[in-house]
Amino acid sequence: MQQLLQGEPCPDQAVNGLMPHLLHQLHAIQQQYRYIPTQQSKQVSETLQLPLAQIESVIDFYSFFTRTPRGQYTLLFSNCTSCGDLALMRELCQLLKVEQGITRTDGLVSIDETSCIGMCDHGASLLINDRVIAHLDSTRLKQIAEYIESKTPLDQWSPELFSINTQIYKKGLLLEQPLEQGSALTAAFKLGSDALIQTLKQSGLRGRGGAGFTTGMKWEFCRQAQGAQHYVVCNADEGEPGTFKDRILLTDHAHELFEGMTVAAYALGAQQGYLYLRGEYRYLVPHIQQVLTERRQQQLLGQNILGQQGFTFDIELVVGAGAYICGEESALLESLEQKRGVPRIRPPFPVTHGYLGQPTVVNNVETFVAAAHIVSKGANWFKAHGTEQSAGSKLLSISGDCTKAGIYEYAFGVTVQQVLDDCGASDAQAVQVGGPSGTLVHRKDFGRQLAFEDLATGGSIMIYGQQRDLLKVVRNFTHFFAHESCGFCTPCRVGTPLLRKYLDKIEAGHGTAYDREEMARLAKLVKKRSHCGLGQTAANPILDLLEHFPHVCEQRLLHQEYEPFFNLDAALETTRQLSHRDDAEAHLA
Amino acid sequence: MNQLLENTLTIDGQVVPFSAGQTIMDAALAAGIYIPHLCHKPELKPHGSCKLCTVDVDGRSMSACTFPASQGMQVANNTPALTEVRKTLVQMLFVEGNHLCPTCDKTGDCTLQALGYHLGMLDGHFPPFYPRREVDASHPDLILDRDRCIMCGLCVRASQQIDGKNVFALSGRGAQNHVIVNSPSGKLGDSDLNKDDLAAHICPVGAILPKNHGHEVPIGRRTFDLHTVAESDIATFNLHKTEHHDD
Ligand SMILES: Cc1cc2nc3c(=O)[nH]c(=O)nc-3n(C[C@H](O)[C@H](O)[C@H](O)COP(=O)(O)O)c2cc1C
Ligand code: SF4
Ligand code: SF4
Ligand code: FES
Repeated sequence: MQQLLQGEPCPDQAVNGLMPHLLHQLHAIQQQYRYIPTQQSKQVSETLQLPLAQIESVIDFYSFFTRTPRGQYTLLFSNCTSCGDLALMRELCQLLKVEQGITRTDGLVSIDETSCIGMCDHGASLLINDRVIAHLDSTRLKQIAEYIESKTPLDQWSPELFSINTQIYKKGLLLEQPLEQGSALTAAFKLGSDALIQTLKQSGLRGRGGAGFTTGMKWEFCRQAQGAQHYVVCNADEGEPGTFKDRILLTDHAHELFEGMTVAAYALGAQQGYLYLRGEYRYLVPHIQQVLTERRQQQLLGQNILGQQGFTFDIELVVGAGAYICGEESALLESLEQKRGVPRIRPPFPVTHGYLGQPTVVNNVETFVAAAHIVSKGANWFKAHGTEQSAGSKLLSISGDCTKAGIYEYAFGVTVQQVLDDCGASDAQAVQVGGPSGTLVHRKDFGRQLAFEDLATGGSIMIYGQQRDLLKVVRNFTHFFAHESCGFCTPCRVGTPLLRKYLDKIEAGHGTAYDREEMARLAKLVKKRSHCGLGQTAANPILDLLEHFPHVCEQRLLHQEYEPFFNLDAALETTRQLSHRDDAEAHLA
Repeated sequence: MNQLLENTLTIDGQVVPFSAGQTIMDAALAAGIYIPHLCHKPELKPHGSCKLCTVDVDGRSMSACTFPASQGMQVANNTPALTEVRKTLVQMLFVEGNHLCPTCDKTGDCTLQALGYHLGMLDGHFPPFYPRREVDASHPDLILDRDRCIMCGLCVRASQQIDGKNVFALSGRGAQNHVIVNSPSGKLGDSDLNKDDLAAHICPVGAILPKNHGHEVPIGRRTFDLHTVAESDIATFNLHKTEHHDD
């Protein structure tokens, strides 16, 4: 921290042994200067031999890079409905006399909001210079404010502030019995690549990242594809609000994850793997590096793995910088290739044209963990659980209005009601299954099952009790998508901010029935015509609200035919600021 | 089955041949069928971003400019529903930027404007964004007015794929998307863009315009005063169609 206050360099490579990568380079610069000075982007352009415009476009794409200096203490409050509380953010702004988004004049501190940081089981949370503080309340805010005003280095803050202790409330197939290190690999060598892939196919394992593609088929397609190299990529971007199960797997089951990736490498004949970790989880980097080092020492990574002649494979870590879209697999590959995370045109798919145009398997963290277990324990062991179309178990990240937020592992097919009973959610009016991109489930439908054939989910379960205003919840999600849209295609780039405008207008009590109809028409267009999964799901919350909770919107509508978007009172704000007036007389009724 | 029937698809019921590797758009243009498009030019690699070429393939929404043609595919193109979708997309592009057509030198030669007419657009319909965007007048022969940019990426691709340069790039995220210039100062005047480059001519709207050539062709005699956008896009296949007639 001494270092930090004096603005000394702290290049990534030296600190965490991360590979040279544009995102890592830029992060180091942002750390040092609190922004990316133009002179520095020029230098990076020379070091990495990339066009200057590529550097500039990347800086402007990822939320964690800025053009103007942030504070020496940079605080980012989550604005998620589970791990966010912007009232607390405003409280801290007052304590530190700083305005949201504007660095204090002494350069000491800046405070802003950010999309869900995956701490949903820990209540209101924030990021401070890449570290996480959870369980925020007024007492903690005062403590934080004092540390900051006294310029206490972060290392000297009470360690308790940074402790993250996730509860696993229910263990199932994967969590119950951890795999012995190397056991899946030994089993894989015995089976051989073909039989290994057959086993995966027979197990019925489908991707845990949301889309649910059959994993064995994905590996088989990739294996069959011609290419100079094959790659294995783990998607640890976990950006869907309400999801934090990959964080737990990365913390407590990293060996099994890497074992799964190595098994995949063996099946595909890949030599290089990448773990793409969301920037919000940067605090996990030392731990992950440690596990990788252990595995190299144990001959579980590197050359001639476990004595298997000619089987060479290693894994590098790449850390993102605040962009939900980089969880979309082709955007993730673009990001790995040091570019903006813009989803590619498909076909071709990553299995034939992935990282650097080579055949690539991209799987979710949980998928790799499950694959390792299956290869070690057999297809039938897995298939005996779950439903016909959804074999095995699913890790759920449960948060919101319940008494026991945390991780639950269920066999597929469990009902929403069962989950609610187990986590102590007695007064739920609605549950968001699968995060904002998923489904808003009304209590009359709590008998539905969690499974690919009914309610598919990547693992996010957000519970909303009777006292919650669902319009605010849906508005929160709609803002999230508008903020995270990559901007590549027209329907989503323009459509998501428009949906935000409509919803803001309705929430503020200025919307008419006409606005609602126009919003619904636009929502359907955005859903049907967008380029990638982000746009195709961004309107789900609005459409679900209108279908299942029509009264929530109806109550807010003005009963007149037309009301302009233009708000005369709001337009007078600049004048009020200039004249230092904010009294009743300075407002229109 | 004979060879011809094997490589055919239908567009609005009309049988259209294609060859391996062609997209739906390629096949359509070759057959003289117009599928509206903004970010596509046959000589450049497709981008697939504007979504004006949206068609329904066996009931699923696809971008004609990127989706490979395949045997027996049934494509819906010129339907009232798709016209409505495309009209909405054009309205969205209009409200997203700052398009003051009467003052723009591109009026009458602008593909966005022509598509608006073609699709029966009567108003912007949605609340305008009024974005603040930078104008770059640093180049001696050209002006970059980002107010009118629709993020189609044609200038980016033309520069890379035809001119053999790398003058433009798309930057930013979401509604903050914008075109940037690959030069030390980020200014066009500092780049190696030449007024004869394809990138200097390809802009479908009035975002990249020549300097010192104002209103040379009178209104009433400009490209889309004389031809519909469908005629012009099919007939020419010509990358230079937005050039002034008397150049
Ligand atoms: C906007 C968007 C965000 C996504 N985020 C993630 C993510 O954070 N983690 C993930 O595993 N998959 C995510 N996906 C799904 C991936 O595109 C991809 O389907 C998945 O990583 C494949 O792995 P799987 O088959 O093991 O699920 C996302 C998709 C979209 C459209
Ligand atoms: S749908 Fe949204 S996120 Fe996906 S490509 Fe289009 S603009 Fe980008
Ligand atoms: S400047 Fe013109 S050609 Fe370039 S992206 Fe914008 S609209 Fe397209
Ligand atoms: S022309 Fe096909 S998406 Fe633009």
